[in-house]
Amino acid sequence: MGQTPSVSTTILGADEVILNMGPQHPSTHGVLRVKLKLDGEKVISSECIIGYLHRGVEKIGETRTYAQFAPYVDRTDYVAAVSNGLGYCEAVEKLLGAEAPPRARWVRTILTELQRIASHLLWLGTHALDIGAMTPVFYCFREREEILKIFEKYCGARLTTHAFRIGGLLYETYDGFEEDVKKFCHDFLSRVDEYEELLTENRIWIQRTRGVGILTADDAIAMGASGPVLRGSGVKWDIRRAFPYAAYDQFEFDIPVGENGDTYDRYLVRMQEMRQSHRIVLQAIDSIPSGPIAARIGKVLKPPPGEVYHSIEAPKGELGYYIVSDGSTQPYRLRIRPPSFVNLQVLDQMIRGLLIADVVAVIGTLDIVLGEVDR
Amino acid sequence: MTTLLEILDQPLVLALIRVLIVFTALSLIVAYLVYAERKILAHIQVRLGPMRVGPHGLLQPIADGLKLLLKEDIIPEGADRAVFWLAPAITVLASFTAFSLIPFADNFYVTDVNVGLLFVIAISSLGVLGIILGGWASNSHYPLLGALRSTAQLVSYEVALSFALISAILLAGTLSMNGIVKAQLQQGVWFAFMQPVAFFILFVAAIAETNRNPFDLPEAESELVAGFHTEYSGFRFSLFFLAEYAAMVLVSSIAVTLFLGGWLRPFPNVEWLGFLRFAPVVVFGAAGTWCFLRFFRFPTGREWFWQRLMLFALGAGAAAAALGLLYPPVLVASQGAFWFLAKVFLFLYAFIWFRGTFPRYRFDQLMRLGWHFMIPLAIVNVIFCGVGLVLSWELGWNRSLSLLLASGATLLVAAWLARERS
Repeated sequence: MGQTPSVSTTILGADEVILNMGPQHPSTHGVLRVKLKLDGEKVISSECIIGYLHRGVEKIGETRTYAQFAPYVDRTDYVAAVSNGLGYCEAVEKLLGAEAPPRARWVRTILTELQRIASHLLWLGTHALDIGAMTPVFYCFREREEILKIFEKYCGARLTTHAFRIGGLLYETYDGFEEDVKKFCHDFLSRVDEYEELLTENRIWIQRTRGVGILTADDAIAMGASGPVLRGSGVKWDIRRAFPYAAYDQFEFDIPVGENGDTYDRYLVRMQEMRQSHRIVLQAIDSIPSGPIAARIGKVLKPPPGEVYHSIEAPKGELGYYIVSDGSTQPYRLRIRPPSFVNLQVLDQMIRGLLIADVVAVIGTLDIVLGEVDR
Repeated sequence: MTTLLEILDQPLVLALIRVLIVFTALSLIVAYLVYAERKILAHIQVRLGPMRVGPHGLLQPIADGLKLLLKEDIIPEGADRAVFWLAPAITVLASFTAFSLIPFADNFYVTDVNVGLLFVIAISSLGVLGIILGGWASNSHYPLLGALRSTAQLVSYEVALSFALISAILLAGTLSMNGIVKAQLQQGVWFAFMQPVAFFILFVAAIAETNRNPFDLPEAESELVAGFHTEYSGFRFSLFFLAEYAAMVLVSSIAVTLFLGGWLRPFPNVEWLGFLRFAPVVVFGAAGTWCFLRFFRFPTGREWFWQRLMLFALGAGAAAAALGLLYPPVLVASQGAFWFLAKVFLFLYAFIWFRGTFPRYRFDQLMRLGWHFMIPLAIVNVIFCGVGLVLSWELGWNRSLSLLLASGATLLVAAWLARERS
């Protein structure tokens, strides 16, 4: 093996091969590098090498004012920017002791749930693509496009939206916002049925995902997994229900859980979550209260000295912000608890003994975004 | 003038001309098969596909070919240069050579030998050699894994494929490709109806043989980047690409020849269906009409001038062809090739359709399917088919009935296998 360092050939048995998957590989979802030790196609062990997208976001937070830092969090999980913004804004509000007015909380809930659908759609498309079904990704992007259009109309940006401000919203909803959201919701459920028709009952899909990358509930909890990865293992834990934020305590929704903790269960959980998000959006869009869209918190934000941890249920899991304030206009320390980073650590445990094809499926099912892993 | 006729009368010259025609037509078909694949997949996936080069992207294959020819030819460091160079040549040679035995029409084939089918199978399975060598010579992990996968896959499915072909030979009583088609004419039925299980096995094995989805593991882009041709670029890559699509056309041609009556029109012995001979006229007429309709709805303006002109020329060409085909001698001459190609395209469409629909099997699942299901089923099918034929010869049973009974018995075995082995 010409590209294997000569040192390791002496350590390795004659049959083992080290394969670098990534950072430029079609299905490592960005710049993840997985070093696989292979016996034939079977994975003996693996090592994740991360940091190719490290931009020092947390350190930047210490040199920006609270408001200035808000656009930066959009760039951590860049396919769920709205959710990141919600987490950060609420964390700072908690630090300030302020609360966003009801109207702002409702709009935040709607946009965040739409973002969850968009993020799950992106996951579904790429996950199916990794397993060889190339068509769902185009269908998913068709629907995601509709959501991004709503974002664009609301705040002018599609991807890194910076949709919310500390204390509430900057923009009032545009004329026709309700109609756009309702129009999207009207079509959406039949579209999810369409994806499920392509995959859920498909024999090849079931064979490729059922029993692959099993994560038991105990392991999932011990490793700190969260979001659909945790719920796929059968743990009914959702921060929207456990510690309600925004306006989630106002709406009815179910928390779908899996049974076996395999890739197929996580697939089903995410498909159900899309339907539940749709349900929340429909409830919220009909009951947006009127009133102000932002709390009066002043132009210069100087939170009292102290620390705060606030977490939300981002599409990928628990997204937490830990902020220490020294009473100045800038955070003393800002730490992001990214769901992708924590979920990624179960990868090695899940892929041992599986084949290369399963590695790709498992990376897909963890739904990582490297911007968030590396920050 | 006499000298020219004399030269043309030489068997070698005649063969050379036919080779030239087949090779050119095949290259064109392969190039436009890629275009058709991109277009059909695009429409399955709610997008348009190539639209820029020529009207509706019709010149895209030519542009792609030129681009690949002009690209830098990279040989990776540490590669075995000679083998690296040889591998694509072997693959492309193998898949093109096999076409010399395919009867495109009653009297149009490069050659027809009495062991035709055997030769086709032998030559076409040489293609895998190029894949193995290419993967090995690249001196890189992904190609090596892709080569290993394709070796195992092609060798396994070759067995099932060959057994499926044997039942067609049993029915026809000859190995000559044209002879098999003529046997279907004599017996008045396509062998697909007599041996549906063999046809099914052939169909699945053909998809696996050509590395197409859902069996496209050797080049699974989401796992092995590009499989055995990861390190190939430019012209060499285009050879692999050409060979892959030529192999698709080849297995479709084999399946059509053996099981779907080759160049015969549907129900060749039913007199009142004679009007079907006008199908080529209808097809070309429809193509011409579509081109003209598009021509009138095409955006006008200077930047669209050439595209409109091309569309008009295409429409005029198709209309002229349709008119020409109305001339009886031409119509009769065109029948064989038309029906053959129509059936082949039906097959190719199915290939593309599957690619747009199915996820990919995993390697161990693919092997299990091959060894635990396809191969036993193919063997059982051959045995039952033989038993059915013997019954009809010795006991004077109705031939079709005994063969259908044999297929029914095979289906029972298939059901048992599916329950036991899955």
